[in-house]
Amino acid sequence: MILEVRDITKRFGGLQALSDVSFDLSAGEILGLIGPNGAGKTTLFNVINGVFPPDHGKVVFRGEDITRLPPYEVARRGLARAYQVVRPLSDLSVQENVMVGACFGRERYSLAEASRVADEVLVQVGLADKAKLLAGSLNVAEKKRLELARALGSQPYLLLLDEVLAGLNPSEIASMLDTILQIRESGITILMIEHVMQAVMTVSDRVLVLDYGELIAQGLPQEVVNDPLVIEAYLGDPQLTKRLLEGQLR
Amino acid sequence: MRALKQPGLWLYVAALVVWGLVVWFLDDPTLRETSFTLLMYVGLASSLNILLGYTGYVSFGHIVFFGLGGYMGFYLVSVQEWSLYPAALVGGVFGALVAALLGLAVLRLRGAYFALATIGVNEAARAFVNNFRPFGGATGLSLDYSVYGLYGGSMKALWLAFGLVWLIAIATVVTSYLVKQSRFGLGLMAIREDEDAAMVMGVKAPRAKTWAFALSAFFPGIIGTIYFFKNGNVEPHDAFRLHMSIETLVMIMLGGQGTVLGPILGALSYERLRGYLLVSPLFKSLHLALSGVALLLIILFVPAGVVGWLRQRFPKLRGILE
Repeated sequence: MILEVRDITKRFGGLQALSDVSFDLSAGEILGLIGPNGAGKTTLFNVINGVFPPDHGKVVFRGEDITRLPPYEVARRGLARAYQVVRPLSDLSVQENVMVGACFGRERYSLAEASRVADEVLVQVGLADKAKLLAGSLNVAEKKRLELARALGSQPYLLLLDEVLAGLNPSEIASMLDTILQIRESGITILMIEHVMQAVMTVSDRVLVLDYGELIAQGLPQEVVNDPLVIEAYLGDPQLTKRLLEGQLR
Repeated sequence: MRALKQPGLWLYVAALVVWGLVVWFLDDPTLRETSFTLLMYVGLASSLNILLGYTGYVSFGHIVFFGLGGYMGFYLVSVQEWSLYPAALVGGVFGALVAALLGLAVLRLRGAYFALATIGVNEAARAFVNNFRPFGGATGLSLDYSVYGLYGGSMKALWLAFGLVWLIAIATVVTSYLVKQSRFGLGLMAIREDEDAAMVMGVKAPRAKTWAFALSAFFPGIIGTIYFFKNGNVEPHDAFRLHMSIETLVMIMLGGQGTVLGPILGALSYERLRGYLLVSPLFKSLHLALSGVALLLIILFVPAGVVGWLRQRFPKLRGILE
């Protein structure tokens, strides 16, 4: 197991953001994390990579307990993250953005090595011709790719992708999915939050479903979509939904 | 070192070296005094730029390190009868240490809160020194003129002070350049752009910020010691002048924050302008108001400063305008 999450609980004041979330992720897998808005998906990422400490429970990464480590220690152990809301380092060039990941990530490259790694990664995500531009001048789809490139620059073992497809048009989604599959081919394990259901169902090996901070289902994509609990979480009462779909309600 | 192969640094250092040599050869006390002030501000602005320009933390009270380091160095020279060189070095190290310790607390604050805290630190340091006996309390310390005898008389001592401030200004510029071109500097700039994202990418932000803060306090401590040594006395209201802090900030913003050349150009042009305003009968009591207006205009219209603007406008000059 590359990642073991055990009984993670996190509460913000009166809001139970996560309750007793446990799952495993084996090396080389793509695991999809889905759930309605506000289900706690991003909070789970924040707990895994050390942005928030959990109230209890633990996170084990490659056999080491990383539960209360600060985010930079987690990053240095080979766990990288791409944000849902893009956070480019706007006044640095695209190449320098990726170099930050490479210099301070798992391999802790020197500047010269980092610039070489950055060039390779930028080719991989299709931003090679933008390397010298300021990150702030990219469009949304390019910024999403930059998020990915920055995470890849650190040569991680595990990549957390938070809605990298959101806001992209269908052709951009298709090419991003190709990139994600290539990343997996290169041996990197992926945990991805995604709302674009069709996309997550095609690339994921397994899917987890969070609702109100609880893990309500996990399994193969086609099992999960037919699970009544999951349908209820997304659409409300499954009986009602069924009747609605069958046209029995007016 | 890749950084040393670019023309920018060598140009700046050459210009500063030539400047110092010219002053030395012309042997003109007025020119020496003006150059002392200019070079002092080049050093102060360049070192504050490491924190403000690279790391993105705006310190309004940075002059506190000039004051505290200067006080410490001056105390060693006047009371403990140390030689100037180790005393200045200790002044710098003391400034850096205070910054590192303060940093543990104030660097947890961000944006306006950090800026406010630094003003508070400066005022607190002034109040403390005002009541601190070993440093002479409110009346401060003064140097027995016989001390200058050790350096060949007071005339020689003034030249020595100039020479030292000249070397320190060059050292600050070189340090600023090397930091900017280093891995450490890349981490600082990542913090400036988005501290949380930088940490998620593996930048040890708390440690990097503390180092940047300490480094930016080191040179002011040395410069403070030299400055007060030259003046022959030190007093609290002279050592912790908040407006000096703010003027340093205006220099950086004017020249271009986050660039190596910016603080140099900013310090030179602002000081020249200030010199003109101070002697002009019309503006002499208004110079601070005018620097306030200048700061406002820069932030509104040329937030990147002169050098930043030139870099955007003429990308080909980027090798020279670092």
